[in-house]
Amino acid sequence: MDAILFWILAAGAVIASVLVIGQRNPMYSVLLLIASFGALSGLYVLLGSPFVAVIQIIIYAGAIMVLFLFVVMLLNVPTEEMPTGQQAKFLGGAGPRRFGAILSAFLAVQLFWAMRALSAQPMPGNETPATTVAAIGERLFREYSFAFEATSVLILVAMVGAVILARKEHQ
Amino acid sequence: MSLPEPTLNSYLMLSAVLFAIGTAGVFLRRNLITILLSIEVMLNAVNLTFVAVDRFRGLIDGQIIVFFVMTVAAAEAAVGLAIVIALFRHKETLTPDAFTSLKW
Amino acid sequence: MDARLIAQLGVIGFTFFMLLNSAAILVYMERKVAALVQQRYGPFLVGPKGLLQPLADIIKLMMKEELRPLAANKWLFYLAPVVSATAAFAAFSVVPFGAPTTFFGLLDEPINLAPADVNVGLLVIFAITSMGVYGIVLAGWSSNSKYSLIGALRASAQMISYELSYGMSFAAVILMAGSLSLGEIVNQQSGYWFHVIPKWYIFIQPLGFFIFLTAGVAETNRAPFDFPEAEQELVAGYHTEYSSMSFALFFLAEYVNMVTVSAVATDLFLGGWHGPFLPESLGWIWFLAKVFALLFFYIWMRWTLPRYRYDQLMEFGWKWLLPLAVVNLLVTAFLTIKINGW
Repeated sequence: MDAILFWILAAGAVIASVLVIGQRNPMYSVLLLIASFGALSGLYVLLGSPFVAVIQIIIYAGAIMVLFLFVVMLLNVPTEEMPTGQQAKFLGGAGPRRFGAILSAFLAVQLFWAMRALSAQPMPGNETPATTVAAIGERLFREYSFAFEATSVLILVAMVGAVILARKEHQ
Repeated sequence: MSLPEPTLNSYLMLSAVLFAIGTAGVFLRRNLITILLSIEVMLNAVNLTFVAVDRFRGLIDGQIIVFFVMTVAAAEAAVGLAIVIALFRHKETLTPDAFTSLKW
Repeated sequence: MDARLIAQLGVIGFTFFMLLNSAAILVYMERKVAALVQQRYGPFLVGPKGLLQPLADIIKLMMKEELRPLAANKWLFYLAPVVSATAAFAAFSVVPFGAPTTFFGLLDEPINLAPADVNVGLLVIFAITSMGVYGIVLAGWSSNSKYSLIGALRASAQMISYELSYGMSFAAVILMAGSLSLGEIVNQQSGYWFHVIPKWYIFIQPLGFFIFLTAGVAETNRAPFDFPEAEQELVAGYHTEYSSMSFALFFLAEYVNMVTVSAVATDLFLGGWHGPFLPESLGWIWFLAKVFALLFFYIWMRWTLPRYRYDQLMEFGWKWLLPLAVVNLLVTAFLTIKINGW
């Protein structure tokens, strides 16, 4: 049962991500990314981390993607035109783009090769209980309390910065 | 027929594939917002790695780090989108090739 | 196929069925209560005392022509009401409505009377409610009409602003109960003080209850916060261009959201299924009574209070409700530490 769910969710996440970078209409890209986040959230539940799964939905799919959607709607982002001329060759023609894309394929191959030496033991099954929120809370507020407070300052700075950057210039 | 049980390798390879997809997206796309979306895909792949290794080793520090990664991703998305809005107001286009005034 | 699995599936099907029924009952209740407030008869022609009016409404909606503006994006146009309705139903899936029961001894161990009572239940409700914003945003965007777009932007900005106060008010409850699971929280509210006052959280946290209910009303886009669907200004806001079954789905989503907010408020603040005079196994009767009292209050508010203007609404949410919720959380935290020790 776990195996079937893993393969379905993994396939869903990969297909959605490929479509995200393949779509020309940015609205569809955002929606497909939400689908990918949903699949990842399911994978987190399979990995026995219900807290991370739920905050993935709340923060990523529920807040960050709403932000992206607002920007796409407000800016009326145009659909990219079909590439013409130089750009119409394979993967955008010779240049940094094609080189970069082929390099990322190499990255995947290298990571596979590096990981084949890792343990092929199965993941702990249902006998290991899922992580409780209480355990995460204890660890977060004791050992990582400084990082927690620093993150809140970071969010404040980001809020102020975003408001100032997006303001209209006054005449 | 029974599917192979997911091992640690399966999760790590999945996150490698997602990371490579995100990287390819950053290189190939000519729209600033889609580039930001590809960066989010990469961050998610990293989150998946943290949680998978956590489960395998029986720790919970990885999940705490995932919490921080999500927060930083939110802050970065907010500031990045504000910059995109400011750029759009300036030049009415979202192609990264249009913003070349700092090139020599 | 053991008995537990069948019982669990039965509970899921029963909950779904009752949610649909509750939407129909709410249609009737809304019109009758509106009539009561406005001193007129409500529907009284269809069926005895107008009780078959919801049936007539649903048949009418199904018979209408399904229109779509030509310039509307076909996929997103039909996806939006589906997302709204799905999120509304899914949010109810972790709300328990009765004490764990064995169905008169048919089962060996008691099962929870909830489709799924997970141990992060409250966060799941919060997560799925924030997914409901997408239905509105997609509806406004894909209709390709200015009324829809403005209505959708306003509605989604309102929903995400009030989500913060919503979350903080139930964070205070979590602090007191020590658990995120709704079944646990209700269990903590059993018993009485001085044999007379029930140990419900509304008596310890009246401010929290007020904030939760206000934020809940704003989340479901009901009066006095229903500016996004204000008939006078925006035709019908984000569902202007919808008709027939798509409109029915939005309608359904709104009523089921109301029921979910009332049910969660009952579980968190009003003691869930605990009540005097009835044994635990009949606690769901008390649950129903409390949920209906809250729904009556909802409808009563709609037809009594005038509507907030949009900037007043946003100012209220950010400058008044959010600081109140933060103060509530701080005071609760302080008192919890003082009483329970560090």
